[in-house]
Amino acid sequence: MNAVRGLRLCLLAAGSLGFAVLFTLAVLDLPPFGGNFHPYGDRAVRASLLRGTPNTVSSVNFDQRSLDTLGEELILVASALGAVVLLRAVRREEEDEPARHHLGPADVFDALRVTGYPLLPVTVLVGVYIVAHGQLSPGGGFQGGVVLGTALHLLYLTGDYPALARIRPVPLFEVGETAAAAVFVVLALAFAGQVIASNVAVGVEVGCAFVLVLAKFFEQALLIRVPA
Amino acid sequence: MAWAAYLVAGWILLAGIYGIVTSRNLVHVVVCLSVAQSATYLLLLSVGFRQGATAPVFSDIRPGRRVVDPVVQAMTLTDVVVGATVTALLLALAVQVAKRRGTVDPDALRTLER
Amino acid sequence: MGEVLLVAAFALTALMATAVVLTRDPVRQAIVLSGYGLSLGVLFVTLQAPDVAMAQLAVGTVMVPLMVMLAVAAIRRHQRKDGP
Repeated sequence: MNAVRGLRLCLLAAGSLGFAVLFTLAVLDLPPFGGNFHPYGDRAVRASLLRGTPNTVSSVNFDQRSLDTLGEELILVASALGAVVLLRAVRREEEDEPARHHLGPADVFDALRVTGYPLLPVTVLVGVYIVAHGQLSPGGGFQGGVVLGTALHLLYLTGDYPALARIRPVPLFEVGETAAAAVFVVLALAFAGQVIASNVAVGVEVGCAFVLVLAKFFEQALLIRVPA
Repeated sequence: MAWAAYLVAGWILLAGIYGIVTSRNLVHVVVCLSVAQSATYLLLLSVGFRQGATAPVFSDIRPGRRVVDPVVQAMTLTDVVVGATVTALLLALAVQVAKRRGTVDPDALRTLER
Repeated sequence: MGEVLLVAAFALTALMATAVVLTRDPVRQAIVLSGYGLSLGVLFVTLQAPDVAMAQLAVGTVMVPLMVMLAVAAIRRHQRKDGP
């Protein structure tokens, strides 16, 4: 075993050395860091202003490169779906009731409870704002989606897993994710350039995907038991 | 030292790969892979950076102001979000391996069948 | 001033990435990974990429470390006691 490990490290050292040399040589031929040569960036900015989208990053994502974004979107759907399928409860496993995981006041710091509950609506509102203003200010479907997807889990911090399970009915989020993905496919193929609509579709989709994946991980970590 | 920023990206990639090769736990492997992946964020954003320029959002600055490259930012943005779900898929695979084989040590998983 | 910030952010990111890789226990690694996500977010802001920083902060400091913790908790229930 030790010989195998030594051989592996030697191989890694040789490969790393080769990579380091080649990468350094390649990097020395790049335009210097912070330089003024950005032909694609300048053209993207011009095109974005021509189409009336002040946030050029949103414009590149949903207008100029919307076909690429469609591909990345499908990777997201596929891997979220894969994770959900891999983490389902298999036949010989049993599931606990979520209610058994409600922690009493003694188990959770008061500070967490006091900040957790009020922060939830604020965070959701911020997430919606980030999605809705994506074409004007920094933000958009991807950023707002991840904020929305993680916001709900503030409830878990307060020790109230049953409440978290109640506000995210998994079937509803499954439908939401696939419906938003379908809407985005149609938008990207037939109506490219609808930045606001694309932002909303992607926001819903990313948010639903994150909630679903985390829900499955929570089930695996808290609820599933293997009967002896 | 104008190229140091790119070399940091190379360093992070190599550090992640070192972690993957020497790891004894599949969860550790997945995290190291996500570190190696984050090297691409650094490389892309460093290529797009421009000295003395602001963020490419024109809602409160005049057109014609020097801004950094928005194309690489859009690529990095989707990379970050999609990368998180791919990490989720890999972690789910690690959980499955633990369920079926009772261990997550890659060295203990020499053969495909028990 | 901008130069100093950039150098500091790059150095911090390289340091944190190395720390994540060298932390062998996955539970501790999740915490260090959260710090690495934060340092990446700071670096993106100094590189004038607020859009990316926003996504990175939510994904890198909350989502991925939380998934790692939950995966470790799930794996612990299935690990053989006697070892392979």
